[in-house]
Amino acid sequence: MRSMGPPALEVSNLKTHFFTKAGIVKAVDGVSFAVAAGEILGLVGESGCGKSITGFSILGLVDEPGRIVAGSVRFKGEELTTASEERLRSLRGDRIAMIFQDPMMTLNPVLRVDTQMVEAVRAHRNINTAAAVHLARDALADVGIPSPEHRLKAYPHELSGGMRQRVAIATAFINKPDVIIADEPTTALDVTIQGQILAEAQALCARTGTAMIWITHDLAVVSSLADRIAVMYAGRIVETGRTADIVSAPLHPYTKGLIGSVPSHNKRGERLTQIPGMTPSLLNLAPGCAFRTRCSQATQMCLAEPELADVGADRAVRCFHPLLTEAGA
Amino acid sequence: MTAIPIVEAKGLSKRFVRKPDLAARLAGKLGAEVREETVHAVDGVDLTINKGEVVGLVGESGCGKSTLGRMIAGILEPTEGRVLFKGRDRTTLRGRDAKAARLAVQMIFQDPYASLNPRARVEGIVGEAPLFHGLVSGADISAYVDDMLMRVGLDPDLKRRYPHQFSGGQRSRIGIARALAVKPEFLVCDEAIAALDVSIQAQVINLFMDLRSALDLTYLFISHDLGVVQHITDRVVIMYLGRVVESAPTVGLFEKAVHPYSQALLSEVPRISTTKRTFHPIKGEIPSPLDPPPGCHFHPRCPHARERCRVEVPVLKPVAAGREAACHFSGMFLNQ
Repeated sequence: MRSMGPPALEVSNLKTHFFTKAGIVKAVDGVSFAVAAGEILGLVGESGCGKSITGFSILGLVDEPGRIVAGSVRFKGEELTTASEERLRSLRGDRIAMIFQDPMMTLNPVLRVDTQMVEAVRAHRNINTAAAVHLARDALADVGIPSPEHRLKAYPHELSGGMRQRVAIATAFINKPDVIIADEPTTALDVTIQGQILAEAQALCARTGTAMIWITHDLAVVSSLADRIAVMYAGRIVETGRTADIVSAPLHPYTKGLIGSVPSHNKRGERLTQIPGMTPSLLNLAPGCAFRTRCSQATQMCLAEPELADVGADRAVRCFHPLLTEAGA
Repeated sequence: MTAIPIVEAKGLSKRFVRKPDLAARLAGKLGAEVREETVHAVDGVDLTINKGEVVGLVGESGCGKSTLGRMIAGILEPTEGRVLFKGRDRTTLRGRDAKAARLAVQMIFQDPYASLNPRARVEGIVGEAPLFHGLVSGADISAYVDDMLMRVGLDPDLKRRYPHQFSGGQRSRIGIARALAVKPEFLVCDEAIAALDVSIQAQVINLFMDLRSALDLTYLFISHDLGVVQHITDRVVIMYLGRVVESAPTVGLFEKAVHPYSQALLSEVPRISTTKRTFHPIKGEIPSPLDPPPGCHFHPRCPHARERCRVEVPVLKPVAAGREAACHFSGMFLNQ
């Protein structure tokens, strides 16, 4: 239903590898997805699965020894992996913005909030400072900051963690970008503040038609926020589909394990269905399905690399032995 | 059920006072007004934990839940109030009794990286305390450490390794083995699984539940993750700005919370759902404990606040069987 119009951002077969002394770390190894305007895509995975590096790769923010070795990132049809640094600079913070886990990473500790927000506007638009301050105030009000005029004059250290993250989100939204990449923006916050931020992000996306990629390890958060979910494991997307489909009938054994690991989904007091073992190191990862050592379904066949295969509408899974659903899909 | 509770906190308070620094003292000498800053981290908390119970202690950051946990574990000295272990005040115990009471209460810390000595081998980390306290003789310690490591699901062959050679989940198992090594009866788990990945979290939660039944342990489980708390605890205590606002059996609480803060907190629990949901968050943020609001601490954020809430501090009082709440209008919310 949501797939109207061309995608705002399309990533195909993206590979970002890190060339370390110990060997090649394939942090992102063939990731493909697309987000349409106004859509929220949840990119879910555990630490070290490459979800953050995927976000950084889109904006060309991968540092040495990392490098995008293959694949393409298309923003409204424009190729970004080969774009000049100048072009990327003009897009970053204007058409494509990023929200980081730690708001102190985005905010300059020695500049006032208004200075930073005005800078973000004036770097991309030719308007005077007074107009930019006006925009900044409106942006702060949009994310639910009380008395935004006063907060504009504050330094980041004078604000609480939740307030700082709101300032970071307001700054990301200030130029009405087409795409926002949010990298675990609520992980460091309390539940009540997390609820507030989720509510505001949801409303802003719906109102401005911004496409959003919400990167997180928390399936529970993303299931109530995202339209579609992509699950990552060891540098690859293992399953993607509409949120309701994925949560109600996971096809990949890893997705099923992740859902089973969340306590609220299980019956109280019962043992949780745990995934045995731990995530493999991405350094010199053996070929074949990366999940096979932890998978109950694994067979000899899994020594080969499964492809991400389309199964039904808007649904794909990377597994030789996908779990059967009751509907027999 | 008339047994003596294993741990009882009575009127427990902890205040942290910041002494004025040099500049402030100089300013004071020159006639400026110098204010000592006092944080009421924990403010008159009563808590009873019975043998075999798993009690969840819940609240937002800065509400004093870790400070309370540390006082109960005996790591921090309370400013006021007493902690009774099996009915006896720990500070009055001497000699062997004092040591036994201390060893019986152990703590598991949040950060599996910072809470292990990076320069000690696993066998030293786990074996040091039981050896020092004479629970195990030097000849048996190796076998004893093996036993502890197996109990938490670690391979004893790895005991010559250092903490940095383990993953986060394994480190948290080492922390659990260290606590278990002195044969405690009561464990204070301070956000013990918060730093772990979801799939590893499930493994450690299962381990906690297995150990509870195998070793007859009692837990105080401090967490901000309400999903986990709902899953493993028998009773939940909710704190806000240093005070307990509600205490109730887990099942009853998740069915119906009495205190408006508990209601707000429980409605924010992220759940796996198949539908998108609209969030209805509570307004505002937790105020600074340096300058808490008068009356009920929650009144500036409470949708039901009235004049009385601004002036009178509500006391924690029974509202139903096994349930207590600190709200002037708890009766009204209970019957809603």
